[in-house]
Amino acid sequence: MEWVLFLTLALLAGAAALAMVLQRHPVYSALCLILTLFAQGGLYILLHAQLIAFVHIIVYAGAIMVLFLFVIMLLDLRPEEHPPLQFNRIGVVLGLVLAGALLAELALGVGPQINLGPRGPHDVETLRILGNTQEVARVLFRKYLIPFELTSLILLSAMVGALVLAKRRPE
Amino acid sequence: MGFLLATLFKICLVVGLLLLAVAYLTWLERKVIGDIQVRFGPSRVGPFGLLQPIADGIKLMFKEDVVPANADRLIFFLAPALSFVPALIVFAVIPFGPSFVITDVNVGLLYVFAVASLGVYGSVLAGWASNSKYSLLGGLRSSAQMVSYELGLGLSVLGVVMMTGSLSLVDIVEAQKGTWLGILPRWNIFPQFLGFVIFLISSNAELNRAPFDLPEAETELVAGFHTEYSSMKFALFFMAEYANMIAVAALATTLFLGGWRGPLLPPVIWFLLKVFAFIFLFIWVRATLPRFRYDQLMGFGWKVLLPLALANVMFTAALILILA
Repeated sequence: MEWVLFLTLALLAGAAALAMVLQRHPVYSALCLILTLFAQGGLYILLHAQLIAFVHIIVYAGAIMVLFLFVIMLLDLRPEEHPPLQFNRIGVVLGLVLAGALLAELALGVGPQINLGPRGPHDVETLRILGNTQEVARVLFRKYLIPFELTSLILLSAMVGALVLAKRRPE
Repeated sequence: MGFLLATLFKICLVVGLLLLAVAYLTWLERKVIGDIQVRFGPSRVGPFGLLQPIADGIKLMFKEDVVPANADRLIFFLAPALSFVPALIVFAVIPFGPSFVITDVNVGLLYVFAVASLGVYGSVLAGWASNSKYSLLGGLRSSAQMVSYELGLGLSVLGVVMMTGSLSLVDIVEAQKGTWLGILPRWNIFPQFLGFVIFLISSNAELNRAPFDLPEAETELVAGFHTEYSSMKFALFFMAEYANMIAVAALATTLFLGGWRGPLLPPVIWFLLKVFAFIFLFIWVRATLPRFRYDQLMGFGWKVLLPLALANVMFTAALILILA
């Protein structure tokens, strides 16, 4: 059962991501990206990470992608018109090498001898007893409090920066 | 297998009753507004116009289905479904009675907000795909409005979440058991009154209902994002709006009014009574208040509701820390 769901969601995520890149219409690209985000949310749920799954959907599918669509519509972007593709020989070779390296890493990571690094004390059973949200909060606000707050400061400074840039009057 | 069948039965029951309620809400709204404006409302089809929703449904089914020239056909067809489906699946986590909930998710409230935040795609895409300036303006307005008021809505319920210590709607109802001093029920509306008011106002804006019905302001935008829609596709937008109204009323009941709790009467009856009270309030507000201006709407959301909701969160947190 879990395998069927995993395969469906993974294939959906992959296919939608591919469609997003290959799509020429910006609105359809955005919709494909939303589909990918949804499939990812489903994968998180399969991993028993309900909190992450729904936060992911709220933040990315519910807020950020709405703004993307908003901008696409305001700019009234038309389908792109591509010049015929031209291949650069060095580029092709480099791309293939990099893709090969990535695939090899992936194969080593999820291959027969799985190496997931150090593992925390949380498995599916303890999470079910403690409650997912409560446990995430406990770890986030006790063990990782300072990194968490620093991250929020970085986001705040980015926001202030964007405001300053947007407010700048034309000379 | 038994679990699956039971769940399936519950889903069918809830969806069936919901669709019936949506149909009769249109009748109720026209009757109540008619009464407030000292006229009769629907009165020709059946006794008290009770068969009016059925007549309307049949009429909409048989109307010609017009697709504007140069509309983006795929998205034009997809948009009504995208706005109706989120309105329906919210009900998956709402507890209707002590053991009557389709599924109790431990992040139930987040689920509701995640699903509700998707409703905006229906109106935005409808506005864009229609290839009409009024529709596009309506769609853009609705997306800006919904994204802005979602913040106030989300923050307004944080007080309840902090008091309960859980995001599960079943737990939230469970925590409102008993009374204070033997008379006052332990409903969250009393300690979280500010949160409740913010929730009510922002949910009204989320629903795109008067006084916040800017996305479909007739006087400026014809009918907003669904101007170009006809037949059942139009009906789906309409049904989504009413289903969302019921969903918000059910959520308000669960979060602030103790859900299905109440003396004497059976729990489901209590739940429905409270939901009905909220729906009546929404209709009443629509019949009473004039529409906001657009800049007033955005200013109110960002400069009044959001700071108030933040202050409420801080205050509640401080109080919980002191009392603990």
